[in-house]
Amino acid sequence: MSTLLEVSGVSVTFDGFRAINNLSFQIGNAELRAVIGPNGAGKTTFMDIVTGKTRPNEGRVIWGEKSVSLLRKSEAKIAQMGIGRKFQKPTVFEDQTVQENLLMALKNKRGWFGVLFYRPSPTDLDGVEQLAFEIGLKDELPRKSGELSHGQKQWLEIGMLLAQEPRLLLVDEPAAGMTPHEREHTTELLVQAAKTRAVVVVEHDMEFVRRLNCKVTVLHEGSVLAEGSLDHVTSNQDVIDVYLGR
Amino acid sequence: MERSFVAKNPSVLVFLAILSLFTLSVTVLSEGFGIGVISTSFVKTLGKTLCLCLIAVAMDLVWGFTGILSLGHFAFFGLGGYMIGLWLMYERTRLIVVESLSQTEIPPTPSEIADAIGNQIFGVVGSSEFPLIWAFSDSLFLQLALVVLIPGLLALVFGWLAFRSRVTGVYLSILTQAMTLALALYLFQNDSGLRGNNGLSGLQNLPGVTASQDVVSIWFLWASALALGLGYMLAAWVVSGKFGSVIRGIRDNEARVRFLGYSVEAYKLAVFALTACIAAIAGALYYPQAGIINPEEMAPIASIYLAVWVAIGGRGRLYGAVIGAAFVSLLSTWFTGGQAPDIPLGVYTIKWVDWWQVLLGVSFVLVTLFAPQGIGGLFDLLANRRPLDRHGANLGPDDGALREKEATE
Repeated sequence: MSTLLEVSGVSVTFDGFRAINNLSFQIGNAELRAVIGPNGAGKTTFMDIVTGKTRPNEGRVIWGEKSVSLLRKSEAKIAQMGIGRKFQKPTVFEDQTVQENLLMALKNKRGWFGVLFYRPSPTDLDGVEQLAFEIGLKDELPRKSGELSHGQKQWLEIGMLLAQEPRLLLVDEPAAGMTPHEREHTTELLVQAAKTRAVVVVEHDMEFVRRLNCKVTVLHEGSVLAEGSLDHVTSNQDVIDVYLGR
Repeated sequence: MERSFVAKNPSVLVFLAILSLFTLSVTVLSEGFGIGVISTSFVKTLGKTLCLCLIAVAMDLVWGFTGILSLGHFAFFGLGGYMIGLWLMYERTRLIVVESLSQTEIPPTPSEIADAIGNQIFGVVGSSEFPLIWAFSDSLFLQLALVVLIPGLLALVFGWLAFRSRVTGVYLSILTQAMTLALALYLFQNDSGLRGNNGLSGLQNLPGVTASQDVVSIWFLWASALALGLGYMLAAWVVSGKFGSVIRGIRDNEARVRFLGYSVEAYKLAVFALTACIAAIAGALYYPQAGIINPEEMAPIASIYLAVWVAIGGRGRLYGAVIGAAFVSLLSTWFTGGQAPDIPLGVYTIKWVDWWQVLLGVSFVLVTLFAPQGIGGLFDLLANRRPLDRHGANLGPDDGALREKEATE
């Protein structure tokens, strides 16, 4: 399997605190991966580095077939290259309708001049409707997204990510605050998405990770502690000591 | 099916209708073209108010929609005024000088004429040389171009520097205020080339126009109304589509917009420069009606007033900005003009000329605390008085929730 994203030997220091310490990570073209680890293990910082929000002190981040370095690129540029990110708290634009949210995310020209003269084509509107159907929000299209329930907002955000048509999805705690029924739907969405692209899920909830049924990377103090199937890592003594034992 | 722009924004049509009706009524009631009920000076006040409404629309675009609290838009307004003022003052002085020199026995040489104009204009600051900034003042066309070019360019350079280093929120506001203050202080100097604190005066006299001020004031009212109408339509169009979605997104969550792949800085810069140009056009129409412009007009307090108007009128809705600017500035004219009756309290008499600013400040605080939607929010109250029609759907998110019918029974 060819590598889509390769992070190697990356370190980040915040005021003397090493948040990420010589971290290396690889993911292939159509792969689902769960990243787990205790609080402060560097999961969110890892996402910040990949999406360009945080610049590492050392190390390399290489993207795609052409092996482009992501280190000097802006967040917007990285997003345009095909990396989508979902935050821990659902961050949709509450003041705007579900349709407006999805249209904004839909893969199209991103320059301000093009956007100024942009009017949604029938294809775009159909695409948005199709997406809304997939995330179970077809009937909510004209509603303000601020009126949606917590779980619906999470789905809308996942829908916005899919609308971007990214090649790599970074998802931070997608199941937080969801009912069991909503979790099931979320699992389906993620597994489905990972058939055509790479998906990295950061999650605390072991039950959720088990249901994703994928390779697991355990982070601890800013570096990789163990990697493999969930059963493999949960039987690892180091992992039990730092994470599961407590 | 995509509906037309007007169908989706009925408020634009309503606004244009009210504006036309207003302009027509004032024309009919004016001294220049009508029955003379409204004095020429009040026509000028109304014309100036329309210009203030236009800059309020610009402010709403940059603050209410994009979330940049700029305290510098009156600098662009003033610069626009200066740019048109250069031509008005130069051309009128030239006509007067040529007229008076033609009485002499020996015809004057061009350099004599230039010297005489320089003396007339710059005598007040002890100079007679034309500074570089007056280079194009003999051309109406070029000065009209400079009305938008100079403020637009300043906004581009300033915005590029500020947004690129990701200065946001209150720090950006302070930065814009510093820019305004620096510009005003610079223009206060006599050697800035714009006659220091004297400013440019006599701008109400259009060179080569023999019509009386009664007529000219109505011309400017029409021009201001036209500019406001066009500016309002432009702003409504800009915020109606996906561009509007993106800038409202920037206002609510800048980082999220960035991760969607939009270059937030470019959008902010576009809005900042566009609104600077709108503000400059408003200024270029305002100062010929005011008759005089000096650096005092560009002091930071003017831009703070602008923010107060928009906040009181209602942010994030264009008509709110217009209502706020018209309401507060006309009220302020009434109070500070000595027309408001004093209130005697026995030991102390409240004179509104002194107490108006306190009233304004208190109402600003009250609006911010208790009615963040401003005056424009009243329209929501009117519109929402009808109960929501949920078509009998579930009220809550779950299957067990009450249905609309059950709840009302």
